[in-house]
Amino acid sequence: MIAEMVAALPAAPIVVPLVTAILLLAGPRPRAQRLLGLAGSVVSLAAAAALVAATRRGEVLPIQAGGWPAPYGITLVADALAALMVLIASLIGLVALLYTIGARRDDRFVHAGWQFLLAGINWAFLTGDIFNLYVAYEVMLVASYFLLTHGTSRAQAREAFTYVAINLVASMFFLFAVALTYSATGTLNMAHLAERVPAAPVAPVRAAAVLFFLAFGIKAAVFPLFFWLPHAYAIPRAGIAAFFGGLLTKVGVYSLFRVFTVVFPGQLDGVLLWVAAGTMLLGVLGALAQDDIRRILSFHIISQVGYMVMGLGLASQLGVAGGLFYVLHHIVVKSGLILVGGAIEETHRTGRLDRLGGLARTNGPLALVFLLCALSLAGVPPMSGFFAKLLLIRAGLEAGQPWIVAVSVLVSVLTLLSMLKIYSGAFWGAGSPPRAPARLVAPAAALAAITLLVGLGAQGLYGLASTAAGHLTAPAAYVSTVLRK
Amino acid sequence: MGAAVALLVGVLVASGVYLLLGRSLMRQIIGLSLLSHAANVFILLSAGLRGNVPVLGEAPAPYTDPLPQALILTAIVISFGVTAFLLALGYRMHLFEGGADDDDR
Repeated sequence: MIAEMVAALPAAPIVVPLVTAILLLAGPRPRAQRLLGLAGSVVSLAAAAALVAATRRGEVLPIQAGGWPAPYGITLVADALAALMVLIASLIGLVALLYTIGARRDDRFVHAGWQFLLAGINWAFLTGDIFNLYVAYEVMLVASYFLLTHGTSRAQAREAFTYVAINLVASMFFLFAVALTYSATGTLNMAHLAERVPAAPVAPVRAAAVLFFLAFGIKAAVFPLFFWLPHAYAIPRAGIAAFFGGLLTKVGVYSLFRVFTVVFPGQLDGVLLWVAAGTMLLGVLGALAQDDIRRILSFHIISQVGYMVMGLGLASQLGVAGGLFYVLHHIVVKSGLILVGGAIEETHRTGRLDRLGGLARTNGPLALVFLLCALSLAGVPPMSGFFAKLLLIRAGLEAGQPWIVAVSVLVSVLTLLSMLKIYSGAFWGAGSPPRAPARLVAPAAALAAITLLVGLGAQGLYGLASTAAGHLTAPAAYVSTVLRK
Repeated sequence: MGAAVALLVGVLVASGVYLLLGRSLMRQIIGLSLLSHAANVFILLSAGLRGNVPVLGEAPAPYTDPLPQALILTAIVISFGVTAFLLALGYRMHLFEGGADDDDR
């Protein structure tokens, strides 16, 4: 019995939120909705933690849906990478939900959409099949369309329409890539693809790789495909924006990591580092030009994605591990910053820097939380951001690419500059604004504490990220476990 | 046959992109659904167009590969759902402003 439950564990982070969402749609009372939504998030967080514990030494745990052996059935695979991503997704899902409940911005539909979104995100991390990844993306995107447009004005509906249209075009690229891959190799299972792609005809494989890059690149908001992001992420309330900003782009980044190491290794060599440099620079320059807290933070999402792609572009185990460490660190810090921005917006009805000021005098804890997250984002020790950047810089120097290291250091300085812009605009200056209630500050404070703790115990997370990177740079164990179990 | 279907995919993509670049919301929605049809036809092409109906006992071997048809079925359902969502969103914008034109008035 216990062995069966452990074997079914990789499906839990998908099934639990899905069941919770369906129960929520049945329409329980408001109090029960909140309890149910929180329970769904807590249970998937617990399942994710158990998965991380079960995969931390490099174990690969596959599930063959319906009992059909791979590559014929649909495979779910939990390895160290997927488990870590599911853990961070469930954590942010829970913290941002606590904020949304604290801000009284929740209703039955928000709770249900929330659980569907969590299920889609976890599904995208756990699937071992490329077409199934498409389905997971669509579950996630439909939930995100819904949360984005729930209770919006006309201008926001217009922005949301653009977001949906762009994602539909990306999905079409995805389908074309799937079709090309299938016609060239005759399989869609990632592990099976890893075996067959090297022997497949070059032209369709190369075309499929480019189309996959476009599909994932639009979702990850890399240069030059990021133009949609700052508009879309300014639409929803901060709780939803923290969930989106922390995780949705990172699902695209995760897919880039998974597909361009296991399935198509080396297909984008030489391109990725340029993409990374462009993403880092243009994102941070865009952020410097904004004067609204949430818009500055949205542009920073783009800039930070550049660092992750840099890790992937370096292609060494250290580089990929650094990139993964960066993903995990960034999700925590970015969600924390957006929640701070949200706490300011909820209390002051604006996020524009020219209308704010003096927050540090009346909102000491909020200022401290913001400062911790902002310094971590810029890469100041001892926060997690410092170690993430240290790993990437070391990997860049070892790979003999000093120019990308120079770009990344320059962007760090510019990041610090734009964080200081928020701090001096909103927290310093004249005025004695009202105090934000503790229920809005506490979720962001929890995330700030996590970035500090991760920074102080960076060795532990580095070990996990390194194990995860090992599955990507040397996928032999992943492939053999999935195909022959 | 393959060339004709490939041409059809090209025509669908071209008309889809043309409609998507227009100003009217309705045209954009139709353009998006044409694009997803193009992807579906392309998946059909990826299996090859030779072979018999893949139903056991209905026709002699060789069968067509049935997997792409299953993929298309999933993709059709998803694009149907998303198109319905887009139409609802467009209707809501119409209610807000009383016109589905994509102007920044």
